[in-house]
Amino acid sequence: MTNLYRTKKVIMTKAEIAIAIKRLALEIVEKNHGTKDLAIIGIRTRGVFLAERLSAEIKKISKKTMPIGVLDITLYRDDFTSLSEMPVVKETQIPFVIDDKKIILVDDVLFTGRTIRAALDEIIDFGRPQSIQLAVLIDRGHRELPIQADFVAKTFKTALTEMISVNFQEIDNNDQVTLNDKVS
Amino acid sequence: MRILIKGGRVIDPASRIDAVRDIYIEEGTIKKVSANLKLNKTNIKVIDARGKVVVPGLIDMHTHLREPGREDEETIASGTRAACQGGFTSVCCMPNTQPVTDNQAQVEFVMSKAQKEGWVNVYPIGAITKGLSGEELSPIGELKEAGVVGITDDGEPVANSMIMRRALEYSKMFKLPVISHCEDKNLSVDGLMNEGYFSTILGMRGIPRQAEEITVSRDIMLAGMTGGHLHIAHVSTAGSVEMIRRAKRMNIKVTAETAPHYFTLTEDAVKTYDTNTKMNPPLRTASDVKAIKRGLQDGTIDCIACDHAPHLDEEKNQEYELAPFGIIGLETSLPLILTELVDKKVLTLREAIKKVTLNPARILGLHKGTLAVGADADITIIDTRLTKTIDKFESQSKNSPFIGYKLKGFACYTIIGGRICLAEGALVSR
Amino acid sequence: MKLKDRNLLGIETLDPAEIDLILNTAVPFKQMFTRSVKKVPTLRGKTVVNLFYEPSTRTRASFELAEKRLSADVLNISVATSSVVKGESLIDTAKTIEAMKADFVVIRHSMAGAPHLLARTINASIINAGDGMHEHPTQALLDLFTIREKKGRIEKLNVVIVGDILHSRVARSNIWGLNKMGAKVTVVGPVTLIPSHIEDLKVKVSHKLEEVLPEADVIYVLRMQRERQKQHLFPSLREYSELYGVDMDKLAKCKKDVIVMHPGPMNRGIEISSEVADSSYSVITEQVTNGIAVRMAVLYLLGGGAENVEGAE
Repeated sequence: MTNLYRTKKVIMTKAEIAIAIKRLALEIVEKNHGTKDLAIIGIRTRGVFLAERLSAEIKKISKKTMPIGVLDITLYRDDFTSLSEMPVVKETQIPFVIDDKKIILVDDVLFTGRTIRAALDEIIDFGRPQSIQLAVLIDRGHRELPIQADFVAKTFKTALTEMISVNFQEIDNNDQVTLNDKVS
Repeated sequence: MRILIKGGRVIDPASRIDAVRDIYIEEGTIKKVSANLKLNKTNIKVIDARGKVVVPGLIDMHTHLREPGREDEETIASGTRAACQGGFTSVCCMPNTQPVTDNQAQVEFVMSKAQKEGWVNVYPIGAITKGLSGEELSPIGELKEAGVVGITDDGEPVANSMIMRRALEYSKMFKLPVISHCEDKNLSVDGLMNEGYFSTILGMRGIPRQAEEITVSRDIMLAGMTGGHLHIAHVSTAGSVEMIRRAKRMNIKVTAETAPHYFTLTEDAVKTYDTNTKMNPPLRTASDVKAIKRGLQDGTIDCIACDHAPHLDEEKNQEYELAPFGIIGLETSLPLILTELVDKKVLTLREAIKKVTLNPARILGLHKGTLAVGADADITIIDTRLTKTIDKFESQSKNSPFIGYKLKGFACYTIIGGRICLAEGALVSR
Repeated sequence: MKLKDRNLLGIETLDPAEIDLILNTAVPFKQMFTRSVKKVPTLRGKTVVNLFYEPSTRTRASFELAEKRLSADVLNISVATSSVVKGESLIDTAKTIEAMKADFVVIRHSMAGAPHLLARTINASIINAGDGMHEHPTQALLDLFTIREKKGRIEKLNVVIVGDILHSRVARSNIWGLNKMGAKVTVVGPVTLIPSHIEDLKVKVSHKLEEVLPEADVIYVLRMQRERQKQHLFPSLREYSELYGVDMDKLAKCKKDVIVMHPGPMNRGIEISSEVADSSYSVITEQVTNGIAVRMAVLYLLGGGAENVEGAE
């Protein structure tokens, strides 16, 4: 049942990730003309760490602290009944009122777009934001839904069988993005 | 028809034979039993019984044939087919039919129906009290005259000790055993299974062993008092075994039977709420099973009877509480005896056979249960090595907890009054 | 991680890891209740039949809310409004439900084992919402959740269950659950209301409530059915209340942080005094809230995967 993967290539190093996050932060502040009404929401698991880092960078640029939230999209998945293992449900924490906020939704990899669809549905259940903008580290293509990111650090073409693995210090003990091959 | 059964291991407890013998049958009776029979006759059907065991036709003294009244569950025809398939040549049918077998006409109905449609010999048991009401004695003398071989209020035990006393006294005149289903219904009220750990965790009302033992004790005392012949049906508890053992030592005229499920299964079988584990008395504990086996070994328990109780799928396939008590047994009894008792060395083959042939015949006063020359040619031939998985029944009902059991030892020939009714394990003709 | 069985018929057959999984899964569901939209699309398109052969307000309402908050389509069949009163058998009702393509059946029945019969008959996931005197697994799960939430743990807690143990499915399910999670259980009640062989379930038995109260971390009060009096099980409700009713005088003997639980509905003044029921020791209303979260967790965990196990990668 478990698939094994072999690392084929390093796509982003630690330094490249740091620069990319800085650039994403700048673009977000620039496009929104500052940080007024901005709030940031990370999608579990690695979108959360990316969101925290982005928030720190934006604070460096603007000297302002934005509200930050965590989204667990498990209950909004559309493949719920076809999974052989039940995904563990974790808490969604949005400790601010999202009405009229400009939400920056953050995830590590943009792939089919289904996770983002679920996240959008869940955010809307919390209220009516002014806008939702999507920021991702990697866009690997293969979209199954008409969804695109507003802010992309790196676009990288992949084959469907390949896997992108984003590692963050906070959980994986290193910062790196790799391209992997399925072994079995 | 002339039949020669050749080369089988003949076990006849009555004549103390356990050896390879040939048996010659003519005109429905056993004519010769000896080694290497040489006959100067023609037109003989020869059954090769080498490697098989040849025993007197099995007798079941506790069968519910359901006719008249519940022909949807079983009929005299279907029940006796099942008996024949299971190796039985005689069955005794219980009186709790609709109407109850509490008068001559009912006995005659059952006997004539059995004569016309039955596959095996049918001996009716009459009711102790009219309508099994426990209030007024049936005409026991008339019942005897009509052909009953015992009396019982099976399922509706006689609660009134005075009535039971009178039944034991009165039946003495006709040499009829009084068969007692021992249960104090005030104590077992609404119970569904043995009272104990499993009834507690399954959340079902229990039937305490004392419900059986109180009545066993009372009936033994009344038998001692009256000198009547008491036969305790389907013994299920260690306490009952012990009381019967002591009564026998005191020369009280008491005999007893148990059923295959009481030495095979315990109360934990109820765990899945399978209603085929619901019977009355209920399945008990491992120590009861042990005591019953010991009772069988030392002769405290004289016979093994099926308590064949057919019920329809739709009756059994409902909530445990709503399902009726009882299971079928005619087609699984012999293989269970051979697998659980003989193979596991609880009883020798000869002892086991005695408990389903000679002993019930003696208790009921039947001229059956022996292979002596001159006896009725009721014979069962057993393949003790045949292993089969229980999956289908001749009985009209299928309520057996033993479906899926792999058992060893089945009847391959059933010969009744010199007619071959079961041959090579298949029913042939009645 | 998922549950081994596709049905929830009792706590007896769950292992501690499965109980943990259910309790952990209930946490985010409970947190969801603080949102303005208390609903997720998880079971959209799934059908749940609540088949109630016994009157029940709170269990049925709790299940119905749990189902609706997971966006399932809910159908309620209760004894008073269905063909059950005309004597249709459970098997026939089950087949009808099967034909309606239900994905879950939540069953409440007065007879032990009815959910097992249903589970043998149809393909839907069966959730036992109380069967006779046997089990009431979701009640025990919500109780465990509440204890863990209030006490931070279940292990090594002294839990006293007081009342009619004999007839109580709530007691049986809680005994299994508390034992599996490492609590120490004492059952208290009149001898006639303690079932035989209960000690084999690794519980202590007492007939004197006062004696066991000083050690108690949790007092679980069972509902006393008035009709028991008629069955010669105890002489009078007044005597029962004096000996086993939980009031402020008895609570004075307890630890300061003791909590009082009750599965409801309460008979105020019989098994529990109004003062206790409304005191800060009581977590009874919290149990109700937790009930919805725990039932959502159960539906969620039973809802996915199982039917597709064979075809899974």
